[in-house]
Amino acid sequence: MRFRIFRYDPDKDEKPAMRDYEVVLDPHDRMLLDALVRIKEQDDSLSLRRSCREGVCGSDAMNINGKNGLACITKLSDLKEPVELRPLPGLPVIRDLIVDMTQFFKQYHSIKPYLINADPPPEKERLQSPEERDELDGLYECILCACCSTSCPSFWWNPDKFVGPAGLLQAYRFIADSRDQATAERLDDLEDPYRLFRCHTIMNCVDACPKNLNPTRAIGKIKELMVKRSV
Amino acid sequence: MVNRIIVGAHYGLKDWLAQRITALLMIGYTVIFLVVWPRPMSYAGWKALFAQGWMRFATFLLVASVLIHAWIGMRNVWMDYVKHTGLRLALEVATILWLVGCAGWAMQILWRI
Repeated sequence: MRFRIFRYDPDKDEKPAMRDYEVVLDPHDRMLLDALVRIKEQDDSLSLRRSCREGVCGSDAMNINGKNGLACITKLSDLKEPVELRPLPGLPVIRDLIVDMTQFFKQYHSIKPYLINADPPPEKERLQSPEERDELDGLYECILCACCSTSCPSFWWNPDKFVGPAGLLQAYRFIADSRDQATAERLDDLEDPYRLFRCHTIMNCVDACPKNLNPTRAIGKIKELMVKRSV
Repeated sequence: MVNRIIVGAHYGLKDWLAQRITALLMIGYTVIFLVVWPRPMSYAGWKALFAQGWMRFATFLLVASVLIHAWIGMRNVWMDYVKHTGLRLALEVATILWLVGCAGWAMQILWRI
């Protein structure tokens, strides 16, 4: 199978270049990550992140034939040759397919991704009704792989100011949580022309999410709550 | 101040909502216009249509909607792409002046009929 992979080592290379690879696959190699492991056997200078190899850790997010996704859950049989692999767009490249996620996690931390509840903690746990728990479905599953935020032009242009789809999905995850008491503060924090309203609803995030989540819907819900509290 | 990122202007919802509402108003006007539009088109028919009070009222709302809608849209474009604060402010002011001028001109044409 043929591959074209983005190669860049800032210590050695003047500028990035695409390098061609041809690998013979084992019949057991089903996913793109399997092929990348084979390529790495051939050329151990190729750098990429991977860990769980089953779509849970979110380490091996990359741009696959023009679309962001996780190498470990992308089927080789679905890919057109030569398979073009690039690092996630919009983030600084550290080396080859590895990007610097600092900005992405800064935005994630800015939405206070933890439960805020001033009540004394109960002996066992803070209970929720099944309906309240259902509200979190489609939100808590996010693995922070950054496929969505790095496919969002608004995040490309203003990564320092726009929270991005991943951060906003998580912001709504805590707004929607019945155990959280900081809804008003969270909405105040997001009512900002840059932090939330750079989203122009183009839905690249929904298209890219390897976990089939819908950040656009979460952003819509945040806007809906803002309207509800102000009219 | 070395490259500090400042956010937290605490606005945005009203503009976002206004853009949606003005969009609905413009669609409504377009539908009404397609129904009442003089056929065959003639100066007399055109004049008679715009002489009516309700049409002036609706057209004024249309011009106001276009003004607000275009302002929010253009400011969004400047906010997305123009990084330099001074340049962005200048472009925003220029946009306001241009749009207010156009709206005034449109009203003048409309009231003259």
